[in-house]
Amino acid sequence: MKFIYKTWWKVLAVVLVFYTLISGLLFQVPRLDILHETIRNLYFHVPMWMAMLTALVISVYYSILYLRTGKEEHDLAAVECVNTGMIFYGLGLITGMLWAKYTWGEYWSGDPKQNSAAIAFLLYCAYLVLRNSIDEEQTRAKISAIYNIFAFPIMIVLLFILPRMTDSLHPGGAGGNPGFNKYDLDSHMRMVLYPAFLGWSLLSLWIATIRYRIRLIEHKKNAIN
Amino acid sequence: MKLAGQTIELLKKEIILEWRSKYAFNGILLYIVSTVFVCYISFNLNPGFKQTPGYPIVWNILFWIIMLFASVNAIAKSFLQESKARLLYYYTIAHPQAIILSKTIYNTLLMSLLSMLALVVYLLFFPSKVDDILYYFITVLLGSMSFSTVFTMISAIASKAGNNGTLMAILSFPVVIPVILLLVKVSKAAMDGIDRSLSLNNIGILVAINVIVIASSLILFPFLWRD
Repeated sequence: MKFIYKTWWKVLAVVLVFYTLISGLLFQVPRLDILHETIRNLYFHVPMWMAMLTALVISVYYSILYLRTGKEEHDLAAVECVNTGMIFYGLGLITGMLWAKYTWGEYWSGDPKQNSAAIAFLLYCAYLVLRNSIDEEQTRAKISAIYNIFAFPIMIVLLFILPRMTDSLHPGGAGGNPGFNKYDLDSHMRMVLYPAFLGWSLLSLWIATIRYRIRLIEHKKNAIN
Repeated sequence: MKLAGQTIELLKKEIILEWRSKYAFNGILLYIVSTVFVCYISFNLNPGFKQTPGYPIVWNILFWIIMLFASVNAIAKSFLQESKARLLYYYTIAHPQAIILSKTIYNTLLMSLLSMLALVVYLLFFPSKVDDILYYFITVLLGSMSFSTVFTMISAIASKAGNNGTLMAILSFPVVIPVILLLVKVSKAAMDGIDRSLSLNNIGILVAINVIVIASSLILFPFLWRD
């Protein structure tokens, strides 16, 4: 846990996010039908999901750690990672819906990936409701850790496996790889996209650590010595 | 194979308990029959609906919705009906994985039987053209197995969290939606008599989801029952 108190990766996050903001809006992008300039949203929409995934993976890691050790801090870390993941989940949905409005014509077009994302959103809402339904702290920590681990593979199936099996408006429908080969023909876009993945993931990690540290202070304040 | 022996013993106990009271079986069967009957009466208020092209689609989806709610109700009590003292007794004599495994297998058997009967009753009230009836039956069996694996684990979680019906529904429905989607797709293909090999892909995913769910319940249940 020493890592979260270091400064260098926070600086890196800020630098990378600013780099993607500037270069994402100014660099040259391939001209494609329908997409036109909205292709720049790729730099903002996809990294949101990467940031979400980072937060949720870390949350599962801490849930597993909680079940093994039973330390309360691990539960706090897991729940704050889910909270942060949910913020980026919402941002990912919103950026996707805005993009969909300009390219597919509707905010919500019933695309398999959109529907799956909505279902997986319910999955994590259920996690938060489950936490509220239990008063006893240790039981709450244990049961929500179990549900978090249980929900994670289902989320992966929903977001990354099922949409590939059917025709989708997203790239990679019907058995393809949802890579970006179709778009970044000149591989210019990779120069922005991959730093964006890293930058936004680090940013989500940063938000999660701040929330975690606040919770930790509250937890210590409420503890009976 | 201590685990297998314990599982079989616990499974026998579940079946004997059910055989003596027949409460879950009769209760859920009545639940299904009355739901089907309500649907039957409601649809009869709109004469001519059976001739419309949308009828087979509604027929298929309605069946799965009925099965979904029936199985939630049937399986929700698999941990509810156990008293705290009896659970404590199990934990002293049996392995936790044997407990969850025996519950899952028992629920699968119960739901398979119930869904077969439900399908017969449903076909009685809502006659429909099912081209590949054998394949439809197989899909229904697969569906009741998938519902059982998911709902057994969720009911174990919900029973630890105050055991209310709302929690059971909100925890399990997001998990079960992908299963329902696949089942509706496969069963519609069976209705239309589409070549079986085309659905194998979806059946593969269904089986994979089941394997994931069973594996994670086997790993997680030992942590869940410890208080």
